[in-house]
Amino acid sequence: MRVMLTGNEAIARGAYEAGVKVAMGYPGTPSSEILENLARYQEVYSEWSVNEKVAMDGVMGAAYAGKRAMFTTKQVGMNVAADSFFYGVYTGMNAGVLIVTADDPGMFSSQNEQDNRHYAKFGKMPLLEPADSQEAKDFVRVGLEMSEQFDEPVILRTGMRVSHSASPVELGKRVWDDSAPTPPMKRDPHKFVATAVWARLRRPLIEERIGKLAEFAETFPYNRIEWGDCSLGIITSGVVYEYAREVFPNASFLKLAMTYPLPPKLVREFAAGAQRVIVIEELDPFLEEQVRLMGVAVEGKSIFPSYGELLPATIERCAVEAGLLPASAVANKRDVMLKNLPPRSPILCPGCPHRSTFYMLNKLKYVVAGDIGCYNLGAQPPFDATDTMGAMGASIGVAHGFDKARMPDKAVAVIGDGTFFHSGVAPLLNMVHNNGKGTVVILDNHTVAMTGHQDHPGISKTLVGVDGGRVDIETLVRAMGVPDVRRVDPFDMKAVEQNLKEAVEYDGLAVVIMDGPCVFVELERKAPFEVDADLCNGCTLCFRLGCPAIFKTDELDKTGRPKAGIDPVLCVSCDMCRQICPRKAIYMLTPATASGGAQ
Amino acid sequence: MKPYNLLVTGVGGQGTVVASDILAAVGLEVGYDVKKSDVLGLAVRGGSVISHVRWGERVHSPIVPEGRVDVLVAFEYLEGLRWLDQLRPEGNIIVNQQRIFPVLVSAGRAEYPTLAETHAALRNATQNVYVVPGLEIAQGLGNTRTLNVVLLGAFSGLTEITPEVWINVIRKRVPARVADVNLKAFQRGREALSQSRLKAEEAIA
Repeated sequence: MRVMLTGNEAIARGAYEAGVKVAMGYPGTPSSEILENLARYQEVYSEWSVNEKVAMDGVMGAAYAGKRAMFTTKQVGMNVAADSFFYGVYTGMNAGVLIVTADDPGMFSSQNEQDNRHYAKFGKMPLLEPADSQEAKDFVRVGLEMSEQFDEPVILRTGMRVSHSASPVELGKRVWDDSAPTPPMKRDPHKFVATAVWARLRRPLIEERIGKLAEFAETFPYNRIEWGDCSLGIITSGVVYEYAREVFPNASFLKLAMTYPLPPKLVREFAAGAQRVIVIEELDPFLEEQVRLMGVAVEGKSIFPSYGELLPATIERCAVEAGLLPASAVANKRDVMLKNLPPRSPILCPGCPHRSTFYMLNKLKYVVAGDIGCYNLGAQPPFDATDTMGAMGASIGVAHGFDKARMPDKAVAVIGDGTFFHSGVAPLLNMVHNNGKGTVVILDNHTVAMTGHQDHPGISKTLVGVDGGRVDIETLVRAMGVPDVRRVDPFDMKAVEQNLKEAVEYDGLAVVIMDGPCVFVELERKAPFEVDADLCNGCTLCFRLGCPAIFKTDELDKTGRPKAGIDPVLCVSCDMCRQICPRKAIYMLTPATASGGAQ
Repeated sequence: MKPYNLLVTGVGGQGTVVASDILAAVGLEVGYDVKKSDVLGLAVRGGSVISHVRWGERVHSPIVPEGRVDVLVAFEYLEGLRWLDQLRPEGNIIVNQQRIFPVLVSAGRAEYPTLAETHAALRNATQNVYVVPGLEIAQGLGNTRTLNVVLLGAFSGLTEITPEVWINVIRKRVPARVADVNLKAFQRGREALSQSRLKAEEAIA
């Protein structure tokens, strides 16, 4: 049966068909849908682990136990998992391990644009790059078979376009006897214990294996030459192959599916058959450098950019500049655009519990060490509150550094519940032990919101919808020995302000837990609020909440300032604007008040 | 069969992704090779959303080549205006007659183009502009979530694919309890196309 699947759906399907028994990962765009789809198959154990390293260790454990296992992450999560897959290269496993990384060229939703193909070379692991959904599905099985043949993890790398594009896929059956009992572990400590004396003995095997993999790649059926016009030969891989195929319909192609290690004979054969050889690849010159090391003369990054998405239009433009295409090949961009179209920027939702914290942080002018989550929007107008943000869990360590550098500014770290569990617990322990002073604000909205509302240890349901253990953040923080712990209702503006002030004034380590659910988790929708235009004097305070439901009306006050209005469809009556209105002009629209009666 | 490059644009929550799923399935059903690519933006809801859908004998790239869009289906005026330079000069625009103000506009820090400016810009990009009262039709059916199927109905009128194919795919793709209202939405959208064409004299800024 042929169906349309996204790359991520296809990887999930591929894992199911290839007999994966255990799949673990951490949510992150553009990878999250892989495990969400895999969780529908009861034959596979799937979980959101607390972070990528824990997931990778879990996957290794499953493979030591003899079961095929898969780890999923976005590109930056590979940095978190790296410590654990590097040992997998030394120890090998008793079953296949597939590492799936979904990179983000163009940085649609990431803090960097790292090219994770380097991890294959760095870790000395084979690397597969699918170009469409059919390959994404097929390469899961192929990768697991290679992992078992060569006794090390295999990396499957997609990008946003492969993960979030859909194309037809032929479905197959699951090739696994799920009823067979799990035999006891095949124990082999000289292999599985990577202690220096034993790991050193395995070190030469790893170099030998890379040589064997390069030999394997020579006849790997998914690496293929497509001969066309021999005046131009193009070496490429992944979705960029599909783009290049359209831009150069007549050229010859070496389409690589396995991009580390490369097959030297095949590359030389291809280069010998074409007059001009170019490498077209997104981000770093990863293929180009390998090909050049073979002594093959190629062009690549001298023609194409080494950052950003390498879209067909960019390939066309660069090809024209390099004389590879006539100028007539490019469709002229027509000058038909209206100027100054307003952007539709992301914004905290109406009713978001984070809004009060950033409104107050803006008002109090504290230095804010931020973290990764929806609350990163606190860096944007109208809040302009966040001063630093770099990686998951970084906020607490950065605030600790502020303190130890004796920075005179009043400062706080701000971190969400999911991110706190992911990598905020260890830096908070570090502050406790090293006499750190400062304020950590934990925005506990009871979900991993930004990536689509996944679970974490603070939630009582797991990925597959069963009950799971729930860790209470306040209890955990108190148990760590934090002296000043406050749990605050973020919908109470006065409480938010007072507790932030008191925590920052406290001469020690304080944690403020803003405990309020995301509107997608729990929403009690009451009647919407309304502005009394007679009382409103256009003071702008409510606009500073950055709420999508609050707008400037055409009605002006005496001094010419526009008065506020509230969109009754968007308003979820969170009450924050009513509390901060100095004129008491905002009230709940009830049937009584709507008909003119007194509140 | 004639290849198609389609762009479906709108605001998160309007149902554009389901629409592009249906477009992909219809293409596959009638024997095209199909690829589709969604860019959903950062916002959980309320952000710009764009889907590329391509029908052809053999489709390589999941992205519509620059300047070669055959039909732009815009669920909202502003999200249509953003992609005008992607259209072929003889391309078609189907735009839902609806304005959704971004926060920058409602907060008074940016201007939304006037209706006259909008219509003039659409008509300047191509003569083939269809302004469909999609939201009004969906509201008339008592279910605003059928907006996406209304617009697909309008689009179907530009193709030679029979309504039966569309109806079968829609029936499979939408929940059973709303299947009937969606089929009505498809029909109303299809009927609305012919009366929706924007005339030159209606598009003067």
